Amino acid sequence: MAAPKKGRNASAQSKPGRSLALILIAIAGLTGGMFASGHTTPRLGIDLAGGTSITLRAEAEPGQESAINKTNMNTAVEIMERRVNGLGVSEAEVQTQGDRNIIVNIPKGTNSKEARDQVGTTAKLYFRPVIATEISGAGATPTPSPSASNSASGDSTEKADSSASPSGSASPSASSTTQGRAVTDALKADPTPSTSASPSASGSPSGDPATGKLEEQYAALDCTKKAVRAKAGDGAKASDPTVACGQNSSGQWQKYILGPAEVDGTDVDKAEARFNTQTAAGWTVTMEFTDAGAKKFGEITGKLAKNQQPQNQFAIVLDGDVVSDPSVSQALTGGNAEISGNFTQESAQSLANMLSYGALPLSFSEDSVTTVTAALGGEQLKAGLIAGAIGLALVVIYLLVYYRGLSVIAIFSLLVSAALTYTIMSLLGPTIGFALNLPAVCGAIVAIGITADSFIVYFERVRDEIREGRTLRPAVERAWPRARRTILVSDFVSFLAAAVLFVVTVGKVQGFAFTLGLTTLLDVVVVFLFTKPLLTIMARSKFFASGHSWSGLDPKRLGAQPPLRRTRRPSAPIETKEA
Amino acid sequence: MSKLGNLGARLHRGEVGYDFVGNRKIWYGISILITITAIVGLAVRGLNMGIEFQGGAVFNTPKTSVSVAQAQEYAEEASGHDAIVQKLGSGDDATLRIQVAGIDTAEADKVSAELANKLGVAEKDVTGELVGPSWGEQIANKAWQGLGIFLILVVIYLAIAFEWRMALAAFVALIHDITITVGIYALVGFEVTPGTVIGLLTILGYSLYDTVVVFDSLKEQTKDITKQTRWTYSDIANRSINSTLVRSVNTTVVALLPVAGLLFIGGGFLGAGMLNDISLSLFVGLAAGAYSSIFIATPLVADLKEREPQMKALKKRVLAKRAQAGAHGESPDDAPVTDEPLGDEPDDAAPAVVGPRNQPASRGRGRGRPSGKRR
Repeated sequence: MAAPKKGRNASAQSKPGRSLALILIAIAGLTGGMFASGHTTPRLGIDLAGGTSITLRAEAEPGQESAINKTNMNTAVEIMERRVNGLGVSEAEVQTQGDRNIIVNIPKGTNSKEARDQVGTTAKLYFRPVIATEISGAGATPTPSPSASNSASGDSTEKADSSASPSGSASPSASSTTQGRAVTDALKADPTPSTSASPSASGSPSGDPATGKLEEQYAALDCTKKAVRAKAGDGAKASDPTVACGQNSSGQWQKYILGPAEVDGTDVDKAEARFNTQTAAGWTVTMEFTDAGAKKFGEITGKLAKNQQPQNQFAIVLDGDVVSDPSVSQALTGGNAEISGNFTQESAQSLANMLSYGALPLSFSEDSVTTVTAALGGEQLKAGLIAGAIGLALVVIYLLVYYRGLSVIAIFSLLVSAALTYTIMSLLGPTIGFALNLPAVCGAIVAIGITADSFIVYFERVRDEIREGRTLRPAVERAWPRARRTILVSDFVSFLAAAVLFVVTVGKVQGFAFTLGLTTLLDVVVVFLFTKPLLTIMARSKFFASGHSWSGLDPKRLGAQPPLRRTRRPSAPIETKEA
Repeated sequence: MSKLGNLGARLHRGEVGYDFVGNRKIWYGISILITITAIVGLAVRGLNMGIEFQGGAVFNTPKTSVSVAQAQEYAEEASGHDAIVQKLGSGDDATLRIQVAGIDTAEADKVSAELANKLGVAEKDVTGELVGPSWGEQIANKAWQGLGIFLILVVIYLAIAFEWRMALAAFVALIHDITITVGIYALVGFEVTPGTVIGLLTILGYSLYDTVVVFDSLKEQTKDITKQTRWTYSDIANRSINSTLVRSVNTTVVALLPVAGLLFIGGGFLGAGMLNDISLSLFVGLAAGAYSSIFIATPLVADLKEREPQMKALKKRVLAKRAQAGAHGESPDDAPVTDEPLGDEPDDAAPAVVGPRNQPASRGRGRGRPSGKRR
């Protein structure tokens, strides 16, 4: 009865070589990909590489609890990214964490304090009338001094209708266009960039000392320098005129003198990017104002429409940067407006987000700030690696002592698992922004045990089969289905824990859960595609099949019964051999 | 190894074994005692919540020769709050870890600057972790939430994969492990940090590992239990534990070894911090998990199972048979095993009776499905 079964078992060995080849190809592929992408080490988190990590928590304004939602949080992230990277910090990363946190990671050192100040404050979005503008920096024609003193004092723009045209300089000044060109309810677009390239700063304010100072600032402003740009207009109050920088659609930096803010971000109810199919204007950004905002916006556009270039433009200023400077051709009183221009979907979306952000009823407070020097980070990494090495060594020794020859298979499996984990982690850095932090290192170390446990479950099953008197090859095959089930159930439970933790928790717990989940999955892959096939192949070798005393599968040592068990009913108990 | 291997073989054959199920009351008692101690400890002493949960700041200084007492004085002066100072490392390489509770992030900046000044190091070299109190609260809340969701899911899963009794027993075992771990933290006064919470949450998945291994074997062996009259459910449950004992011990040891490595490095090399916190709670939790899967979970399943009318009837039949055998002057334990009681699961077929006994010689192969096709 047993004989035919044995045969079937043997045939059920599937093709171990194929699985092995598959997993080796996978490793080779991943390693190749790793080198091809140039990311040969996992990206390190702040706690290992050094740097500052800031956790911000969104606070909704009273009565607006629903404002903490995915869209708003993503908008906030986009804005913060702009700000942090505007500081000259490279590779700062901003991401949402959970449903109401934003994590800002600023690598190593550079002005992390400033970054903290920046991200902590609420974004300020203003609509300011443009008083003067020109292309800034080396590429531009030598800056004509704003001596063309026209009478545009900041004050006059502020006071609405009374002084009809505050500047009125007729000089064809001109902003080479920035991306927004302005527009009306009537969807009248002016898509062509205004061509008058001569950057004559017309209508620059003069007269009182304050504006004189502004002129100086304006003259000195070089928007092509990041550091200068970041400081431009710092500390300006909303009610004061100021200088600012912005980038136009052709990527040139442009500088501005701007009047006092007429409308601010909270006056915008909603902004959206739309593809305008009717007028072939392409991507546009529509804004809806609140009641108060609509009134103010109507007034300012009415006023601006009477002016010449560039003073018929208003600048949308976010955190001191001009993000768009559409011109106005008529008063927009309907409470909504559309900005058209050479938008791409992306740029329209981005502008709409910025506009919405001003309306976000959210403020952010620092929940935690972690600073790690590069030295401390390096030390933690070293400690983690040493701990991992010790853990691995202990496990290997234990396996060697207990399983002898069999442990070679386990050790190779562990190595395969480690190789897969390492390459995947390295590749996940650039693809999903995975960063290896200390808890993740811990997760990986703990996973050594989990992975080795699967081998133990299988090996013990095999040994049980041998104790039953089977020879190795059938034992390996027979033990597999049961070991497989146990491994799957246990790994599923582990994975479930990791998945729940990853979804539910925040912060460091998440990093840990991620590694644990990943390694649990890899454990299944390795056991199925490597350990089992390898054992099947090894079982054919003489060393293992003959039950060499160092193979870890010595039937005598395992106390196997002599294989004389075909009879169904031996009448006397059989003494088992003691090893 | 050979002794251990031998033991494994004898356990496998049921020659030696411990009556886990029979003595369950003792172990239940011990567990209840530990649990009560843990709860009392928790109630009386409370947990020593770290800075991350109360809000405050942790500063790490570079190598410094300033003494702990002096640093503490500086920190308290600078912040106006109590400070805890630990020395990490030894000799000239020692760095200081200064914790100040109850200051907000803005204050912490000032304290950091002042500390740097007093300690005579550059401000940028003083690293720190500043935590607002709500962050810790959030981590803790999320952790509880995660725990709740996981428990519900895992109970559902185990109820489907095995049966509700096993799910319930695993659930009890899990609660038991967590209570013990938390209790030890309360009693010893270890600091609870996010790292601790991570460790605790990992125990969730891990402590079930052994339990699942035993349950799996139990499920297999009891498949055709009602078709025989030799063994009660408890006998087989006991047998399952014994036959998987080597496996449980090995998996636990292998799981604990890397954690021990972490603990050694985390505690000895770095002195404190995330590695230490995670590994400490893991170590305690894993040990508790191994214990509970053997001494609590499976006996509990047996207890629950024996309440089933079917199992009650089986027990009656088994006892009757044994009594009969006894009347014939034959101890059932010594009876040569002539038949395979439980279908086609050979390695599981050996009876669960404790104490040395003879080897079941025949294994009833061919009674059931072809063995290779088993799930």
